[in-house]
Amino acid sequence: MDDPWQWLALAGLGAFHGLNPAMGWLFAVALGLQEGRRAAVIRALPPIALGHALSVLVVVAGFAVLQLVVTTAPLRLVTPALLIGFGLYRLVRGYRHRLRVGMRAGFAGLTLWSFLMASAHGAGLMILPLLLGMLAPAQLMALSLCGPGAEMTGPVAALGSAAAGLAVVLVHMAAMLAMIAVIGLAVFETVGLGILRRGWVNFDLLWAGALIGTGVGFLLLG
Amino acid sequence: MATWTPDPSFYPSPRMAMQAPPERLAYVAMLNVGAGPDALGVVDVDPSSASYGRLLRRVDMPNVGDELHHFGWNACSSALCPYAPHPHVERRYLIVPGLRSSRIHILDTKPDPASPRIVKVIEPEELAARANYSRPHTMHCGPEGIYVSALGNGSGDGGGPGGVFLMDHETFDVLGQWEIDRGPQFLAYDVWWHLGQDTLITSEWGTPDMIEGGLNPELLLGGKYGHQVHFWDLRKRRHRQTIDLGPEYQLALELRPAHDPTRTHGFMNAVVNLSDLSSSIWLWYREDDGSKSGRWAMRKVIDIPAEPADPDLLPPMLKGFKAVPPLVTDIDLSLDDRWLYVSCWGTGEMRRYDVSDPFQPRLTGSVRLGGIVGRGRHPGGGDADGGALNGGPQMVEVSRDGKRVYFTNSLYRSWDDQFYPDGIKSWMVKLDADPDGGLTIDERFFLRFDDDFRGHQIRLEGGDASSDSYCYP
Repeated sequence: MDDPWQWLALAGLGAFHGLNPAMGWLFAVALGLQEGRRAAVIRALPPIALGHALSVLVVVAGFAVLQLVVTTAPLRLVTPALLIGFGLYRLVRGYRHRLRVGMRAGFAGLTLWSFLMASAHGAGLMILPLLLGMLAPAQLMALSLCGPGAEMTGPVAALGSAAAGLAVVLVHMAAMLAMIAVIGLAVFETVGLGILRRGWVNFDLLWAGALIGTGVGFLLLG
Repeated sequence: MATWTPDPSFYPSPRMAMQAPPERLAYVAMLNVGAGPDALGVVDVDPSSASYGRLLRRVDMPNVGDELHHFGWNACSSALCPYAPHPHVERRYLIVPGLRSSRIHILDTKPDPASPRIVKVIEPEELAARANYSRPHTMHCGPEGIYVSALGNGSGDGGGPGGVFLMDHETFDVLGQWEIDRGPQFLAYDVWWHLGQDTLITSEWGTPDMIEGGLNPELLLGGKYGHQVHFWDLRKRRHRQTIDLGPEYQLALELRPAHDPTRTHGFMNAVVNLSDLSSSIWLWYREDDGSKSGRWAMRKVIDIPAEPADPDLLPPMLKGFKAVPPLVTDIDLSLDDRWLYVSCWGTGEMRRYDVSDPFQPRLTGSVRLGGIVGRGRHPGGGDADGGALNGGPQMVEVSRDGKRVYFTNSLYRSWDDQFYPDGIKSWMVKLDADPDGGLTIDERFFLRFDDDFRGHQIRLEGGDASSDSYCYP
């Protein structure tokens, strides 16, 4: 919990997610160009970050609940299996993206779209290994704050998990939001869309690679 | 299959697509009116090549009687759209349906684009079972898959409703009917959209039993062919609005929305006005009615009159009218949304309009070739039949840079025979579009198809003015 590298890694993953045009900065640029206003780019950013964060939240919450009821040992095996499996599935299956959200999306539509895109791409899964190292220590810390012999250990541990989990989601979202804001505005204002023709590298491959690599690395190091 | 960077033929905006290199190859649907199968032709359109303007190859279909008509790419610039991005899919496969057979052919243009190979055939039974449609017509590569219009239902009775179905752009599986609520829509023909408005538009020709035996004069004079345009919510897949041109405007066909996604207008041709045989071009546009989304409206912006003619020179169907109708059966809009090309298949004229102000089109250029009466000659057309050409400008395609205009002269087999009963001798030509609005015939480009074949739709290598849609201005 107090390891700064974990938080840096978390923010780094947020930035990595934000970098992917399919995670929303490009959508914000398109809406800005459609209206011909920079304000439309800016207006699209919060719902995109929110939807992304909600998708991550689902994974974090699920994991936290799981951690309360099972020991860490099986999670240390299931997590990398999940990452590798999902990465391979994405490599083979690709993406369909048949969402009922288009160029006239509003706040709710963008939030939903971003939530679905982040979920389909496994954004939350990618931070699972970090959760393993952050939530359990947070529980311990919460318990230790209560002092020895404290009653209500369950709720206190849960509170510790919830606080840490929320912090994880917020830090990840802040980094993601910062990234989509910087790139979105830069492309809208100066860079231009020509960058897409050469610069839009295959993030789907990168993501699948990142998922599989994280899983393998976790197996080897964990 | 997936690439590392986007397909180089994908452009974020029509403005950028206009900078694309000139096409070197054209693909053309070739109807066989003899005993053999239809074919997809590959034409050399590279002016520096020794075989410029010639047919390089003919890829025969596996069956006879498909009636190849329109066709399109599996993926195009819309793959860059932000809400359903697939930038690393290749523009590689041509989806080539048989309008009569309902069979859909998938042709791979790699590794040699001059020599496409048939890699998959979808039989009509599969289309009927999965989408309950038949007679696939127009196709457009959308951000999330291939949209195809179909004229008839899947029961095989030749009736409607026609509609739109979706195909996967990688596996080519027929995914099913697109519509969730079709409202009053029954007839189908063309389909296209305004991606920036989440709006899909469809037009109307007729059900298979209304068209396959030829243009039925009784239905025509009764105003029974299509005369309505339908506007749909592209995301919710629901019918939103019908605009009726009035039953006197028969055959509401080609839809050409502005390419710039921030523009909210487009053009459509109505082939025959029953009161005077004229053809007309209609503009649709977004009307601000105070609501958030507004309503669509349509207005006639071009009238092209019939031309008086000696009845002896007219086919039986037209003798009584003593006039040749223009029969505008195809239009095409340049990528900059500035020039509209109008094919007058009856009078044998290709017209060019400046539509900078879409409400006030200005005729700036015209070329006469073929025609029911005119039989206009091509300077490179040789002296057979005294040089007279039949058929008339029909399926027209414009290069991405807007400088070259290609067209063929056949419409649809049974209709060809009614208006050109002497039997269409098919050709494909190219015009140069002058910057000032004029049109010049390229004397070096006159492709005469073998006698059994008739050319129909043309697609250009890397995309053209009716193949791609864009999500960015």
